[in-house]
Amino acid sequence: MILSIASGKGGTGKTTVSVNLALSLDRVQLIDCDVEEPNDNIFIKANMENTQDVNVEIPEIDYEKCLSCGKCADFCRFNAIIDLPSGIKVFPGLCHSCGGCKLVCPNEAISWKDKKIGIIRKGTNEGISFFEGILDIGESRPTPIIKSLKYQIRADIDTILDCPPGTSCSFLETVNGSNFCILVTEPTPFGFNDLKIALEALKEMHIPFGVIINRDGIGDDEIEIFCKNERIPVLLKIPYNKDIAKLYSKGEPFINYFPEISEQLVLIFNNIKGMVK
Amino acid sequence: MKIAISSTGTELTSQVDQRFGRCSYFLIVDVETNNFEVYPNSAASAPNGAGIEAAKNLVKKGVKAIISGNIGPNAFQILQAEGIEVVPEFKGTADEAVRFFKEGNYSKAAHHNVNAHSGLGR
Repeated sequence: MILSIASGKGGTGKTTVSVNLALSLDRVQLIDCDVEEPNDNIFIKANMENTQDVNVEIPEIDYEKCLSCGKCADFCRFNAIIDLPSGIKVFPGLCHSCGGCKLVCPNEAISWKDKKIGIIRKGTNEGISFFEGILDIGESRPTPIIKSLKYQIRADIDTILDCPPGTSCSFLETVNGSNFCILVTEPTPFGFNDLKIALEALKEMHIPFGVIINRDGIGDDEIEIFCKNERIPVLLKIPYNKDIAKLYSKGEPFINYFPEISEQLVLIFNNIKGMVK
Repeated sequence: MKIAISSTGTELTSQVDQRFGRCSYFLIVDVETNNFEVYPNSAASAPNGAGIEAAKNLVKKGVKAIISGNIGPNAFQILQAEGIEVVPEFKGTADEAVRFFKEGNYSKAAHHNVNAHSGLGR
């Protein structure tokens, strides 16, 4: 099973739920897909090793062959190739590696070259096979790294994907293909607003989902009323508790101190697994 | 000689738009005659590379200098490669910008003055 943990809003507790769930299970794969700010390993504490560079392909112009016809620049929707009197110019940072420029070039003047945009690292601890991706500073495309991370998903072991916040490309790339998605939210107007956006995206993608309300008790019951009306399962409410916050601030998982929440997380996991089969 | 001024409106009394790639209009002014042409900036709504697209369009228009507020690295690279003078960080109206340019008491930019995506306001 592939279970993704998402939220829409940042800071609601995706990482908290992901790592505490993973640590509560006997054998699981955990993949931190928040490649712009991966921090699951602060809690997992695995010894990490670099496994591979993630490259994207960008066009390289052979100016000996280039006819300056401008067809590549006309084709590019991202302004990554521009036709100028001084010659065709490539802006690699804007390229989405679609390959169209190479196809439309009448004189085979365009070839591909690799450009590194990040790395993938792996480690193991407490029965967790853990992966994380790191986007290089200054790079703007997280999705190729998330794709490479998802190639690590094995069929013979359950996988938890810790999603990036938001509902744009990196979120969609991560949840795509999940059997189920847990949306972690908090009972505030901010959590509620972003939850609604995220669940609309999941509906479009036909991914079944349920909600975990974190920091239950700090706000109102709008989310619960909404979920009841919309028939969205509220899987768990994690109470607002200073001790959980203290453990978090030290980079400590809470499961050893709150075994009842750990048990509930395992129960939810097994129920979802039974349901998606 | 023609110069382009990023502008918030369609008159010479309009304020210079501080954004280059995502400005509303370019006023293309003939500095000898003060005649000008209003050129709506089609790059303003580009999802990516607005500065690049705006710069390319101005190259095609044959302007020799640009007066604006903020110029990013990609647009600057094009303007520099095409030998177009860049006068950034101008605050005031378009006709003040023309006068300022004619007086010649400016130093042309040797480098972009803001980072990429500054015109997106985030």
